[in-house]
Amino acid sequence: MSRALSQPLVLWGLLVGDALLGATPASALTWFKQLRAQAVERVGVLTVPTTRDEDWRFTDVSPIAMLSFQPARNTSGQTLVDIAGFMLPEVAARLVFVDGVYAPQLSRNDSGIVVANLADAVLAHASEIEAQLARHADFQDSVFSALNTAFLHDGAVVLIPRGVRLEKPVHVLYLATREAAASYPRCLLIAGAGSAATLIEDYRSLSEVAYLTNAVTEMALAQDAHIKHVRVQRESGVAFHIGQCVVSAAKASRYESVSIAQGARISRYGLNVQLCAGAECTADGLALIDGEQLADTHTTIDHAAPDGRSRQLHKCIVGGTAHAVFNGKVMVRRGAQHTDSAQASRNLLLSPRARIDTKPQLEIFADDVKCAHGATVGQLDADEVFYLRSRGLSEQAARDLLTFAFGAEVIERIPVAALREQLKAQALAYTHH
Amino acid sequence: MIVNDSKTLLAVRGLRANVNGIEILKGMELTVKAGEVHAIMGPNGSGKSTFAKVLAGHPAYEVTGGSVEFGGADLMTLAPEARARAGLFLGFQYPIEIPGVANSQFLRLAYNTVLTQRGQEELDPLEFDDFVREKMKLLEMNPDFLSRSVTEGFSGGEKKRNEILQMALLDPRLAILDETDSGLDIDALRVVAGGVNQLSRPDNAVVLVTHYQRLLNYIVPDYVHVMDAGRIVKTGGKELALELETRGYEWESHPVATSPAPASA
Repeated sequence: MSRALSQPLVLWGLLVGDALLGATPASALTWFKQLRAQAVERVGVLTVPTTRDEDWRFTDVSPIAMLSFQPARNTSGQTLVDIAGFMLPEVAARLVFVDGVYAPQLSRNDSGIVVANLADAVLAHASEIEAQLARHADFQDSVFSALNTAFLHDGAVVLIPRGVRLEKPVHVLYLATREAAASYPRCLLIAGAGSAATLIEDYRSLSEVAYLTNAVTEMALAQDAHIKHVRVQRESGVAFHIGQCVVSAAKASRYESVSIAQGARISRYGLNVQLCAGAECTADGLALIDGEQLADTHTTIDHAAPDGRSRQLHKCIVGGTAHAVFNGKVMVRRGAQHTDSAQASRNLLLSPRARIDTKPQLEIFADDVKCAHGATVGQLDADEVFYLRSRGLSEQAARDLLTFAFGAEVIERIPVAALREQLKAQALAYTHH
Repeated sequence: MIVNDSKTLLAVRGLRANVNGIEILKGMELTVKAGEVHAIMGPNGSGKSTFAKVLAGHPAYEVTGGSVEFGGADLMTLAPEARARAGLFLGFQYPIEIPGVANSQFLRLAYNTVLTQRGQEELDPLEFDDFVREKMKLLEMNPDFLSRSVTEGFSGGEKKRNEILQMALLDPRLAILDETDSGLDIDALRVVAGGVNQLSRPDNAVVLVTHYQRLLNYIVPDYVHVMDAGRIVKTGGKELALELETRGYEWESHPVATSPAPASA
């Protein structure tokens, strides 16, 4: 059943847009206005995908379309004390968005580079942003991406100049606070030639209420740039999360990502990485879900040119009647010789009613390539359980520890120690009965 | 060492066990008393490792007959963890890897679980750290073992040393070491054997399951048993191992001399 989005939602987007554009000289932001107008037009045409669409066959998003979520106009006045538990130590910069709205009082930037709110940066860095914003995340065919683009206003902008290597990570915190709110987080990272940085995107909530997050992240890596990206989706357990990240990796650049999905009633994350000649990526993921959750991860690693290298380890731990979906597409285009790609999908079912659908998908149009992939779905290994029991652990404790360890293998790959330890502690609590 | 009138720790009588419906153990007999070191040797497929796993309670093996008493209790009625807590330790031929779990964390968990069972106080991380470092010195282990994930990226020798470290921490009454010598170079073998020797006391016992004689150059057994087709077919002193080494297991299939009385008499 397809369903066009409700008209009021679209009108709302235009209202918010006017607020931004009204304050600036009209001519300076013509491109921005046009971009959003195009997206609004697409929103009017596109329909919400149904399970009849191949890409969405396991993920029924009709509950999202049926509820009416309204964007927030302002932040709810949180203070640093309110968000103390959500901060990470030793970051170069922190941007906080509350229900999608930029919260300057909670943000700071000691990085020496541009880490700013889109609504501000779009004026000061217009040409750089214009060249990349919405150039990677297509909104012609995706209603969610079109909606996000139609609502373009606040968002994270990270501009890393050529040759600059940030030691400490940039932390972008998207905090949900209100029931029935819709937020459209946007992030644009532009990495100059030979630059390096680590970006953490963390989606969290202050309370267990239902809301919608519809996020889009775009990254443009110039030659030899090296970006590490950690994405942690720990929304409220009754929330909806649709996220998309599109990365363009220029010659000899490197994109390394770890994404964790443990929150939301229904979540969908799409990662799309395009690799130019000699570019590398790792795209690791962990879905740790229980109860009635659904976590869907769709990734596409597109080897568009020769000598690219990609590595992917995706794991799902599924309990209760939860359902995890992984679709991992690896594309090797004509002429992308000497591509070296390996993908592994490892899945652990903790209950008889849990479900996993995993689909590695290789599309290879070059003949001199190395592409490995494998998928396993199973339960805990009996020999491993026995080993731990022979050391005195009860059967339950042994199972819990092994379940934790299964997930920890992905968490261990997070390059930020504080976040890694925090997530390991969460996973430990989650897996221990 | 053989001590007169010492307590019987383990008494195995007519033990039979199946895996996947195939009988592997066909009437095992073994008695181990406190203070003793036993070696069980035998060709591949003779049932040595199965015997070790059955004693520790591996759920894949079905016990179909016989009895095993451990410290006076019926071992076969206990869950694997209860056997461990009662003081039985199995050193694995292939210790598992637990990525993401620091070795120190795992060792402390195992240690505290067993200690609590024995009515002793748990150690907090700091106390445990002191305690474990002392034991590690004994095994010439690098302190970085503690921060690394359990056996992940460990070499074969490191994995086995880690097994012996666990044994040192859990302080079992009976340790069964399953092919602990396999895959070890001479240095690692010496260290592992040295650890076992240091841990041997008059009130505990060790059963070494091994294919080769060379481990017995470093740990001198009081008894050597030869297993074949699921039973012990010959028992002797340490010289039996040397004989096996020079003449091979084939020799055993054609016995010329009468079998000596089992040590378990």
